Amino acid sequence: MNEELPAPIPWLGNAGKVAPLDRVEAAAATPQLIQIRKAAKSAPAPALYAATSASATMTNSGGPSAPTKPKPVAKKRPGSGIPARKVIRILVWVRRAAQVGFLGLFLYFLASTAFRGTFAATAGEPVRLPLPVEGFLLADPFVGAMTLLSTHTIYRGLAWSLVVLALTLVFGRVFCGWICPFGTLHHFFSWIFPSRYLRGNKRVETNRTHWWQAGKYYIMWGFIGAAVVGSSIGGLLDPICVAVRTIGLGVIPALQYFGVRSAAVVASSNVRTLQNATDTAQDFLARTVWTANQGYFHQTWLIVFFLVGVLFMNRFIPRFWCRALCPLGAFLGVFSRFSLFGMEKDHAKCTDCNLCLVNCQGADNPQGGVKHRQDECHMCLNCENACPEDVIKFRFLPKRTSTISKPDLQRRTLVAATAAGAVCIPGLRIANWPDKAYSEKVIRPPGAVEERAFLERCIRCAECMKVCPNNALHPAFFEAGIEGLWTPILIPRIGYCEFSCVLCGQVCPTGAIQKITEKQKMGIGQKPISVGTAMYDQGRCLPWAMATPCIVCEEFCPTSPKAIWPEAVEVPKRDSKYQKEGEQAAMLTVKVQRPHVDPGLCVGCGACEKVCPIVDKPAVYVTNAGETRSKTNVILLENTAYGQS
Amino acid sequence: MSDSSRREALKRIGLAGAALGGAVVTAKLAYDPGGFGLAEAAGKREVRDFRIHAPGSAADPVFAIAKSTTDPAELVRRAVAALGGMKRFVSRGDVVAVKPNIGWDRMPVHAANTNPLVVAEVVKLAFDAGAKEVIVTDASCNEANRCFQRSGIWRATYAVGANVILPSAHRFRDMRMKGEVLDQWPVYLPLVNADKVINVPIAKHHNLSKFTCGMKNWYGILGGRRNRLHQNIDVSIADLATFMRPTLTIVDATRVLLRNGPQGGNIDDAKDMHQVIAGLDQVAVDAYSCTLIGESPANVRYLKLGHERGIGNMFWQQVPHVEV
Repeated sequence: MNEELPAPIPWLGNAGKVAPLDRVEAAAATPQLIQIRKAAKSAPAPALYAATSASATMTNSGGPSAPTKPKPVAKKRPGSGIPARKVIRILVWVRRAAQVGFLGLFLYFLASTAFRGTFAATAGEPVRLPLPVEGFLLADPFVGAMTLLSTHTIYRGLAWSLVVLALTLVFGRVFCGWICPFGTLHHFFSWIFPSRYLRGNKRVETNRTHWWQAGKYYIMWGFIGAAVVGSSIGGLLDPICVAVRTIGLGVIPALQYFGVRSAAVVASSNVRTLQNATDTAQDFLARTVWTANQGYFHQTWLIVFFLVGVLFMNRFIPRFWCRALCPLGAFLGVFSRFSLFGMEKDHAKCTDCNLCLVNCQGADNPQGGVKHRQDECHMCLNCENACPEDVIKFRFLPKRTSTISKPDLQRRTLVAATAAGAVCIPGLRIANWPDKAYSEKVIRPPGAVEERAFLERCIRCAECMKVCPNNALHPAFFEAGIEGLWTPILIPRIGYCEFSCVLCGQVCPTGAIQKITEKQKMGIGQKPISVGTAMYDQGRCLPWAMATPCIVCEEFCPTSPKAIWPEAVEVPKRDSKYQKEGEQAAMLTVKVQRPHVDPGLCVGCGACEKVCPIVDKPAVYVTNAGETRSKTNVILLENTAYGQS
Repeated sequence: MSDSSRREALKRIGLAGAALGGAVVTAKLAYDPGGFGLAEAAGKREVRDFRIHAPGSAADPVFAIAKSTTDPAELVRRAVAALGGMKRFVSRGDVVAVKPNIGWDRMPVHAANTNPLVVAEVVKLAFDAGAKEVIVTDASCNEANRCFQRSGIWRATYAVGANVILPSAHRFRDMRMKGEVLDQWPVYLPLVNADKVINVPIAKHHNLSKFTCGMKNWYGILGGRRNRLHQNIDVSIADLATFMRPTLTIVDATRVLLRNGPQGGNIDDAKDMHQVIAGLDQVAVDAYSCTLIGESPANVRYLKLGHERGIGNMFWQQVPHVEV
């Protein structure tokens, strides 16, 4: 009888007697696993298989049909179960630690991009940030290359970008997989955002190399083209710039808003202990994460939308930003072809289990049967760590037989993208010619170079806006032309330029704002640096138009002698008390001081505009007229300096 | 087809009733009768009185002028000693708020902020008299971190153990002072919540009010847009001095800004005078200090207003005082 029964087919349950339902389900739930196992020839019998055969044997010998549960065994590698090399297993954890560490360092630098005084400093000590908070930007080779092409120089600290370039030449795009803080954010969100949506086969499919991954190269070449004709507009999409701009101008102020409002709600309970606790917490946060005053940034909504958008794309395509858009990744991808370290594959051993693809960050074809795309690889080492068949090996000077090192690009599209970038800049400039037609609102930070040179250098990284202690610098929308999107402008109504402060120049990584000293800025023994000139709207000014004493502007004017000087006059004023019907209003004489601007002394700091009590539209306002960086935007003959430099 | 059970019917009716009842209660509690909700607070003006009420004889000096040395700390010690010593003003376990002028991003040499040596000595004296905590703070005009650091006050007072608090938004709360022009205004809490308050202003020129010292120094307890106050600066100063009655006023006149006040910026505008004035009467102290910049107290309107309101005596010559 027993001999006539067919041999048990483990993945279909037991033949003959009806197996309990759960047994069938358990077997049906693992068809993929079983396929893999079928392919594994020299594999030792997997646990589940063994258990099923055991139960089959029991059934055949006429025993009870109750299935025996497989013994809980230690988590086992699938397939042949060949463990990854120890060095790789360690390196994957080193990579994770590096990612967390560099992201932490980046956020620490970003939170420290603010002047917080110290009790330790003497009165005469120049005010500077103690940390190289712009370090990540200095190490950014795409920024270095753009500004090299546009200015033909490497500005100071940007020489550090050679370190990242050298790393790439040895190890490939390790920057993307190990260091880049923005990449780490995407790594993290591509892990938690997909939820149940992007698992198994679906994840395998999205992690295959796609044609649109070439997009970042065309974007990068377009920006390179723009840099050649003199614009560092590529900073709009440089990942470090994006990270500083979005987190510094969006996320941190938003956190502060929520934190401060929640604390206010708690404090309104009028319980002393709670109030003291929130005060202490807020003092601590103001000295570490944010600043004492709420930061506001002009039109920062668009910047934050952008961040939310690219982060949310991780739900559908893991690390979409890194694969499709990032120009720095593309730039490093171009250089990674020379890298000495790389991947070698033994296609014969591959069982197409696709575990490498499930874990792949760069979508760079780690699986067998196709060539590895070295330019796309983030060097995260996940594939070798996951491979149970000993197919993938990372090593120095690997054989190149199964590797494509160069980006897969159409030469014509590449040339067209570069040309488009190069043509774009003059195209944008004839719409907003920087010499003539830009808005009077474009007040550049003190120490900024002349507008054309400024656009050659400014990468829109927002370091200057983040560091400004008075919240005076803001990302421009279209005030400075389309090309000038997110370049810094001074909005005195929100915050004025602190007279003795030179921090924006200190943190500027590209020299768009030069590293000036207090003496240069305040004009001690030389001409001061002026960013514009204050003008009075005499129809709105209290002493001028309404016979009311004021001159707060004069009080706040920081220059010495003051650029605002008051003229004492006696003026008639109507008594505004209610009159009886038919009676004339009484006339009074009041003494007021009418303010005037001395354009030879005004530095355009905007303190007057900031403190003007006419809240909605100030009676004194600053425009960029007379800024010292320009040779044409001059109002006084004495400051005209053609032929000098 | 059967009707719902009684239990089911009662349950549903009960739930509907509870929802309706909840809505009614919410409406009742959150009912807004409309109109402007600012309830007019009745009663007299608010005063924060930190003065000591120890009986003394009429002949006791009300203020003391120290000018017998060039050491600022020694000047402070002598002036306070002449009034009976800090122990008279600060009791054991007190939280003392010291309010220097830290308004501007200027260095000590510009004489726009109180001399850090003077402030540090006041802190030290308060601790010596048994204070539990000494708070040093001010709501600056320029960016606060810069003002606190570059005035030298942060370093000097931290060194002697003071709790230096930098102003930030959460430390202000709206308060009704019910003054003539100053009604509801955000007030800087660390300065009004202490047990004792010592005002440590610097005497200097002010372009609008002509002279600024102790009474004007109370601008530093206000937040909000205080630039509007300049339209009626004298009355607002008098209002503030009515609201704030300090334990002690110690004027730093070691170096005095004679022109381009209150911010200065030019070293030549300031002159060394080597004086410290300590006093119980903020009007008299201001009136005396006023003469240092060559201004007559009669020309400074807020002194007159303070005198009329009975805050103090602007005729400082009539007030008992000593020179040490």
